[in-house]
Amino acid sequence: MNNPQQATHNDALLTIRNLVKHFDISGGFLDQLKWVKGKIKRQRTTVKAVNDVSFKIKSGETLSVVGESGCGKSTLARTVLGLYPPESGEIIYQGARIDDLSSAEMLPYRAKMQMIFQDPYASLNPRMTVARTLEEPVVFHKRARTANDVKAKVAEVMEQVGVDPQWADRYPHEFSGGQRQRISIARALTVDPEFIVADEPVSALDVSIQAQILNLMMDAQEKRGLTYLFITHDLSVVKHISNRVAVMYLGTVCELAPTKRLFESPRHPYTQALLSAIPELGRLKPQRVKLKGEVPTPINLPAGCVFHGRCLYADDRCRNEIPRLLLYDGDVHIACHGVEEKRL
Amino acid sequence: MAPLLEVENLKVKFALRFGELTAIDGVSFTLVRREKLGLVGESGAGKSVTGFAIINLLSKPGYISDGKITFQGQRLDKLSDEDMRDIRGNRISMIFQDPMMTLNPVLTIGEQMAETVLAHQKVSKAEAMEIALAKLKKVYIPSPEERLRQYPHECSGGMRQRIVIAIALLTDPALIIADEPTTALDVTIQADIMDLMVELCADEDMGLILITHDLAVVSQVTEKIAVMYAGKIIESGPTADIIHTPRHPYTQGLIQAIPGNSEAGRRLNQIPGMMPTLTDIPDGCAFHPRCGLSKDVCQRETPLLLPTDNENRLVACHKIGLKNNF
Amino acid sequence: MNAWLRFKDSYLFYSFKRDPVAIISFTLFFILLLVGLSAPVIAPHNTYDTSTFDIMDSELPPSWMDEGSQDFLFGTDIQGRDLFSTMLFGLRTSIIIGIGAVIFQAFFGVGIGLIAGYLGGRLDAFLMRVADIQFSFPYLIVAIIASAIFQVAFGVNRYEQLAIPLLIIIIGISEWPKYARTVRASVLGERNKEYVEAARVIGLNRRTIMLRHILPNTLTPVLVISTIQVPQAIMSEAALSFLGLGMPITQPSLGSLIRAGFEYIFSGSWWITFFPGILLVVFILVILLLGDWLRDVLNPRLYKG
Repeated sequence: MNNPQQATHNDALLTIRNLVKHFDISGGFLDQLKWVKGKIKRQRTTVKAVNDVSFKIKSGETLSVVGESGCGKSTLARTVLGLYPPESGEIIYQGARIDDLSSAEMLPYRAKMQMIFQDPYASLNPRMTVARTLEEPVVFHKRARTANDVKAKVAEVMEQVGVDPQWADRYPHEFSGGQRQRISIARALTVDPEFIVADEPVSALDVSIQAQILNLMMDAQEKRGLTYLFITHDLSVVKHISNRVAVMYLGTVCELAPTKRLFESPRHPYTQALLSAIPELGRLKPQRVKLKGEVPTPINLPAGCVFHGRCLYADDRCRNEIPRLLLYDGDVHIACHGVEEKRL
Repeated sequence: MAPLLEVENLKVKFALRFGELTAIDGVSFTLVRREKLGLVGESGAGKSVTGFAIINLLSKPGYISDGKITFQGQRLDKLSDEDMRDIRGNRISMIFQDPMMTLNPVLTIGEQMAETVLAHQKVSKAEAMEIALAKLKKVYIPSPEERLRQYPHECSGGMRQRIVIAIALLTDPALIIADEPTTALDVTIQADIMDLMVELCADEDMGLILITHDLAVVSQVTEKIAVMYAGKIIESGPTADIIHTPRHPYTQGLIQAIPGNSEAGRRLNQIPGMMPTLTDIPDGCAFHPRCGLSKDVCQRETPLLLPTDNENRLVACHKIGLKNNF
Repeated sequence: MNAWLRFKDSYLFYSFKRDPVAIISFTLFFILLLVGLSAPVIAPHNTYDTSTFDIMDSELPPSWMDEGSQDFLFGTDIQGRDLFSTMLFGLRTSIIIGIGAVIFQAFFGVGIGLIAGYLGGRLDAFLMRVADIQFSFPYLIVAIIASAIFQVAFGVNRYEQLAIPLLIIIIGISEWPKYARTVRASVLGERNKEYVEAARVIGLNRRTIMLRHILPNTLTPVLVISTIQVPQAIMSEAALSFLGLGMPITQPSLGSLIRAGFEYIFSGSWWITFFPGILLVVFILVILLLGDWLRDVLNPRLYKG
């Protein structure tokens, strides 16, 4: 284990370096053939979902990734957990590279890294009772030895998430959306993970239930010292729950900053537009930053800065050169030529 | 001013295999021209059913069992299907969460817009297209002439919702009912659409009923808010009053539960439990099992929606109704 | 006990109780199934034992007709066998072949569909092309070639003993692509659902995910197409037997009985074809009606207002 990266990343639980994930959506060989100027050509269509994303997650913090639909935040979450193999880049967990491991080598990390999903109606197997759903990871990762220990462990976790252990023999359809989300959280907690990726865990829930789930997640974090990678489009949730926020646009991180600083003084033009669009209860926005045009497709990425087509301040450099995510004032990362040139 | 729409004691029931369920239990409100009302509630509160009941589009097992719906002096609940069809999509338009519920995927946008115009007005096809074009411009669609020739799938989600709004405007309606029109859209697009709706209501002299779960959105758009819980309106009044001085414990809890208002990282104020389903609505005040202030009377008697402060501010809560005796 | 209580409360049982067609179909199906499978016990004559029938009794009409005998309810066939007993044995053979063939189809089809759908890629493309090719062969051609080869290889006597398994395999092979396609389609729908991703995050291997998580969620459409495939297999068997490629006349199925009677229909012995024909039609009809009802109940999108 004389990994040279270990020394430099001892404060980071997870480091993502230059992560790229593309999806080939061109289908089979026959679907790839296209007529181009009177000739048959083989063309591949790829969705460039995540492009060159790098950041670190510190142990015990909540890092939120926000962005609008199609910005690649869910793909990022799944790539970090190894559900999708990345095209290039590195994922380093506690100093060890995990993106190129075989499934057997990955097993110890599977218990350390867990996931909570968006849709409480799809995230539980409808044909398995709650008990079976929760016992499966416990048995698989040998978190308990005897059948009674397994039952006790499941009951303990169910208690923690606020679902009566007596209901363990019921099927998911007998529960409400909020309760299912609790069960989904319980499944992640049964293996005592250190790191949890939460993909829009409260987006499908009503406000009063959403508050219950967010409280539950914050309690679990406090008790178990969990680290969260929190994926969401809901900026008010982000503001409440996270320590730091990464704003994504079209597969790249455009700004990463501590939550308070980001909401008080957003610097990237996209972050400014995004924040000014959140409806706030009873408070009319002084001036909304309106964006021109629409989000381009991730199939044909614009050259240069991905945001230049909608940015009010774009110049020639923005149209040609991809901005790098640079560090400002100690803890704010921004990928913008305008900020770098001090004209914004 | 005579009200544009007056709903009095509306009751909607669903006839199901195990008996009848009351989905809407005595909802009343009025709306004047150019007024915007927000109908707010969590899923299952009955807000969408109320919207469907007004235009008589309740799906099969549901029916209006009681109450009056008066629109521009006309009793909608008494109309024949045919007369209702003439009002629906003509004097009252509806916008849904999913634009594809309105748009036909196999017709171009121009074709379907012209079709709507021709169904309600005696004009030529060319004139209908002119009207369609004018309305597309009204909702700020870039290069509207081109859009007329496109199919719905060629447009983005935000663009489709704009087109649906343009279709809703075609017949110069007096009232628009919008059911979660921006829930499926991103925040930046949501803000654009909401700005557009506010502008249109003023320009076109229309009333708007905005049905949504999102108090923050409503607070930006409407003048009045009615909060629904388990098929009843439990609090209503001017938007600013509801947001800043909510009186009903449920409204208070709902506002405090919204993250982003309270101090970051702290526990959010949560309302315990969940909204009852239609099959097990508790006796008395439907909110009492989740209410921290509940007393004996709340379990026995259903509180009435009564004025407090002034006649526009209505709250259904024993704490306020009984004041000192509570 | 718990399972029964849950079933009694279920929507399935509720809609069954309310649908008279379903009740009648189910009752008839159950009776026919029971009668067919217990033919060796309840049939008045053992029609597999050639020593028990008398050529003098041949072509007797049903018992209620003038020349009929009390011994033979529906009359006798050309060899003097009791037609009623023969029909019971025939029904039994038809049921065994029908259900056997469907189990065979389902086993292969579900397995192949599951693998193709979950693993995807080239394997998927290959397996689906094999299914297409299989589908484009009419089962009659497969059956003719297979039974011809078999009869040459093992001789006619051996064929009589092995006819049932052989027919199960022939009909099974020609129809597995239906299962494979259905299962593959629902696997494609299920495999990107979040509960499958959750199982992958836990680290479960592919086999466990396929068998424990995906397979149980693809079985509803399998059940529904089985209600079409069972009568289909019975009719295929009947058609093969009618063409002389199926069950030998010594152990007749309903199809071979109909065929045997068909030769005498013009000499006035209509009953040999008529009664087995009615039985076949009724049996297939009740399964189809039951399947229709089941499909409506299990499909949430199709509900009757």
